[in-house]
Amino acid sequence: MAKTHAQRNLILILARDLASRLATPVFVVDHEGTLVYFNEAAEPVLGRTYAETGELRAGEWATEWSPTDDEGRPIPLEDLPLGVAFREGRASHLPFRIVGGDRVARAIEATAFPLLIREDEIIGAIAVFWERSSEGTADR
Amino acid sequence: MKVTVWGCRGSLASPGPETVRFGGQTSCVAVHLSDGSLLILDAGTGIRPLGMALGGDHPQRIDILITHLHTDHIEGLRFFDPIWDPAVQLNVWGPPSPIRGLRSRIAPFFAPPFFPVHLRNLPSQPEFRDTPTTTWRIGSAVVTAQLVKHPGPTVGYRIEENGQALAYLPDHEPALGSELSEVETEWISGFTLAEGAAVLLHDGQYTHAEYDERVGWGHSSTEDAVTFARRAGAPRLALFHHDPLHTDAQLEAILARANELSASGAGQVELAREGMTFEF
Repeated sequence: MAKTHAQRNLILILARDLASRLATPVFVVDHEGTLVYFNEAAEPVLGRTYAETGELRAGEWATEWSPTDDEGRPIPLEDLPLGVAFREGRASHLPFRIVGGDRVARAIEATAFPLLIREDEIIGAIAVFWERSSEGTADR
Repeated sequence: MKVTVWGCRGSLASPGPETVRFGGQTSCVAVHLSDGSLLILDAGTGIRPLGMALGGDHPQRIDILITHLHTDHIEGLRFFDPIWDPAVQLNVWGPPSPIRGLRSRIAPFFAPPFFPVHLRNLPSQPEFRDTPTTTWRIGSAVVTAQLVKHPGPTVGYRIEENGQALAYLPDHEPALGSELSEVETEWISGFTLAEGAAVLLHDGQYTHAEYDERVGWGHSSTEDAVTFARRAGAPRLALFHHDPLHTDAQLEAILARANELSASGAGQVELAREGMTFEF
């Protein structure tokens, strides 16, 4: 009886299945904050494909795209929408800037929410994001 | 362990001359462990004849493992003889819900207007428990429950004893949103429950043509069930949860199709039927 493989939580499987069919950029992280998927719609915004990045730990993806505010100040992981979703277990929204893997700077905004399977058990989080139509003009 | 199928019909009990070969009782499988423990997978109408067969000789402790609360998986519980025995220790396990415990979700089925006797008045005073998120032991078996793709909180089970495993996923649609033949195995719903299991009882409710009209209903086509078994490396697949509208003749045609599909692999495919047993 061979039984050697790990299994993703069903909620993450469903999240990835859903994201893979959306035209909205979506970023999925697991219970440790590790990036486990972003969809095709996210690739032009992030300037990389998921096949290129693969899984990234929280400390890695939080700096991979050099997030800054509109004044160019770096935004730490805990203040990014996904960081807030994880730390506080609530939805969070923020406009900010990134530099894509293609070295193109982009102004985006992101909304993240935690995936809670019980009041006190988080198994991941999802961020949806999009480019702001005119850099730096998004409403806060 | 010895595994006996007492009901393998899906959705609705379907007795009659056209279903007599495979049976019309809804989901129920008895698992007798080597130490004498009895596990029962689901409490569809098949649990009624199981209770009658046990008679007064049933074990002191019985564990019923419910996959989910759709009626065809719990409707027989009220007519399971040992539930009326105050001496029996009855544990009912079921899928965790993010909101309410198992007991409060099942209680309406044991209350007017659906039933004359309240849950609190059952002589056996069953214990209702959400399945743990980690493996646990019942008798000589190690049990794993894992949420799987099916509408509402639903688990599949893996029962392991002496290095052999039974996997039970009677209501499961792993192909929903996934390209089952290509996706990495860690992203396949239910994969680790079925991986390398000696016997896999798996949803095969629909033909390919029927499935196209019922995507998202929570069940699998013959093709997807065979693919799932192949990906999981389960050598013996028994298609389960037969559609209530399928006659014995139609089920035989489904089996022929399943055998075509599995011909190139090492796996064996059969149709679950009442009275079928597996020993390993």
